[in-house]
Amino acid sequence: MATLELRGIKKHFGSIHAVDGVDLTIAEGEFLAILGPSGCGKSTLMRMIAGLETPSAGEVLIGGQPVTHLPPRARNVSMVFQSYALYPHMVVADNIAFPLKARHVPRAEREAKVKWAAALLGIEPLLKRRPARLSGGEKQKVALARALVRNPTLFIFDEPLSSLDAQVRAMARSELRQLHDRSGITTVYVTHDQLEALGMGDRIAIMKNGRVRQVGTPQQLYDQPADTFVASFLGTPPMNLLERDGRIVGFRPEYLRPASASAAGADALRLKVRIIELEFLGAEWQVYGQLENGATGQKLLAKAQPAVAAGLRVGEQHEFAVAGAHLRYFDSATGLRIANGAH
Amino acid sequence: MRLLRRIGFWLALGLFAIFSIFPAAWMVITSFKQDQDLYNVANNPFKYNLAPTLHNISFLFTGTHYPIFLWNSFYIGVIVVIITLLLSLPAAYSLSRLVGRWGERSGMAIFLVYLIPPTLLFIPLYQIVTFLKTANTDWSLVLVYPTITVPFCTWLLLGFFKSMPRELEEAALIDGCSRWQTFLRVALPLSLPGIATCVVFAFALSLSDYIYAAVFVSSTASRTVSAGVPTELIRGDIYYWQSLMAAAAIVAIPLAVAYGLLFDRLVKGFQNEPAGEKAG
Repeated sequence: MATLELRGIKKHFGSIHAVDGVDLTIAEGEFLAILGPSGCGKSTLMRMIAGLETPSAGEVLIGGQPVTHLPPRARNVSMVFQSYALYPHMVVADNIAFPLKARHVPRAEREAKVKWAAALLGIEPLLKRRPARLSGGEKQKVALARALVRNPTLFIFDEPLSSLDAQVRAMARSELRQLHDRSGITTVYVTHDQLEALGMGDRIAIMKNGRVRQVGTPQQLYDQPADTFVASFLGTPPMNLLERDGRIVGFRPEYLRPASASAAGADALRLKVRIIELEFLGAEWQVYGQLENGATGQKLLAKAQPAVAAGLRVGEQHEFAVAGAHLRYFDSATGLRIANGAH
Repeated sequence: MRLLRRIGFWLALGLFAIFSIFPAAWMVITSFKQDQDLYNVANNPFKYNLAPTLHNISFLFTGTHYPIFLWNSFYIGVIVVIITLLLSLPAAYSLSRLVGRWGERSGMAIFLVYLIPPTLLFIPLYQIVTFLKTANTDWSLVLVYPTITVPFCTWLLLGFFKSMPRELEEAALIDGCSRWQTFLRVALPLSLPGIATCVVFAFALSLSDYIYAAVFVSSTASRTVSAGVPTELIRGDIYYWQSLMAAAAIVAIPLAVAYGLLFDRLVKGFQNEPAGEKAG
């Protein structure tokens, strides 16, 4: 268990700046999710933390100790790979014992540790099997047991759930988080799935083009996006963004309501919207609209409760409103957030 | 209808089996024939018209240098296999992990070397062999055979290491192994089918080569089976047919059995399929 500190990390592959100056501090026992679209540099960053790549510039500190130029084995870092990377020529028990063997842990202790890890993850019946005969979920648990067995100072997860079925994934998410809470090991979790990041992370770092765009709790990122990228990347569906008076104004679909159904005050943003499509999502409806005044033709998304949606028909024009408190403003040139109301 | 199909299947299989086994069977039958039986054109060549005899085989082992040839072939083969693995395993591993296209290109270049026929190479190689003062000793063969086996096996293993997911080795590195331990504990065990293929290939090649063995080694005591047997058992225009056949059968049959037993592994080796990947 330790802190992780990244100072000015850069990684260049020829002329490509995969990671372009990242500073991050992760507290002891924290669960940090690194979220970004593919190619944003999150995997490269993670590989530098693990020691599989050497940064072109900057420093990696684990527990306050600089480890930038240490090989992976000297960092006591555990990693769960996207493909799980189980050794196909060993049975599950040997897979779990492998990191202990590499560290010359005596046999008796090794066996006890393997038993402990297998019991923790509920995979004792699988110990004699080869990885080729395991399901995706079982493989993931074995990979977790292998990562857990040697008491690492840092856990690194590289999209560990992406090869699981959607149904198994939700379960695995909560199991993973519980495992973290029980072990208290500092965790870096790399993913491109915002549900995983929002649901599991204590904090989330959002990356794009090799840079961290914003770090914060899931609520902070959702409510106070630092720029238009974060605003449009996070949330399903993402924030509506409109050009207004030389600025970009953003608001979440759930705050865009028919004016008749909202108690928006005088500071509210009022929009004339033609309804293009209504989508039933179960607990709510998704409303696809088109702006009729201002930037005509711009698409908007709203979420509506069934009672509200009952009053809407495709093709109709309605006045929608967003309460002033839910409006976020961004600079139209840089995309960066500007304080509410400031002109 | 189903019965007919089954009969057709077994008939085709039987015919093919007879076709394949025919030369080997004839070889074995001939090995035990008496001269009077073999040389009488009126006799059926595929059965014993006179009682079979062990005379030809005892002649092979007592009247010729055959035991020495056998031993030479065996230990030359073993040393060639060792040299081949020692050189081609690290070469293939490092080439497969080379970043960029150079790894692949060098792999191709190495394989091209293998395609140059020995009939072109034996004269320049003879000069090298004499320069190294190994001419007329079996060490010349130990030196020369790797020129064929190393390129081929490097190329074969290169494909093997390439097909191995890099993540496995990265996992081993993170799990506490050094590069060398990663190679020993993960890369090597996973390439066992490829290594088995290399062993069989290198051994079979040094056993079957004729041209180098005949050209570089002229003293009888240093010859291998493939070059020694024809020179010892064809004296002028006299062919010791039965002993020749016996000499060939003694080498060929164990090898054929070994091939048969290892067949699945060898095919895997050529398909670059790492060990343990398939469900058992």
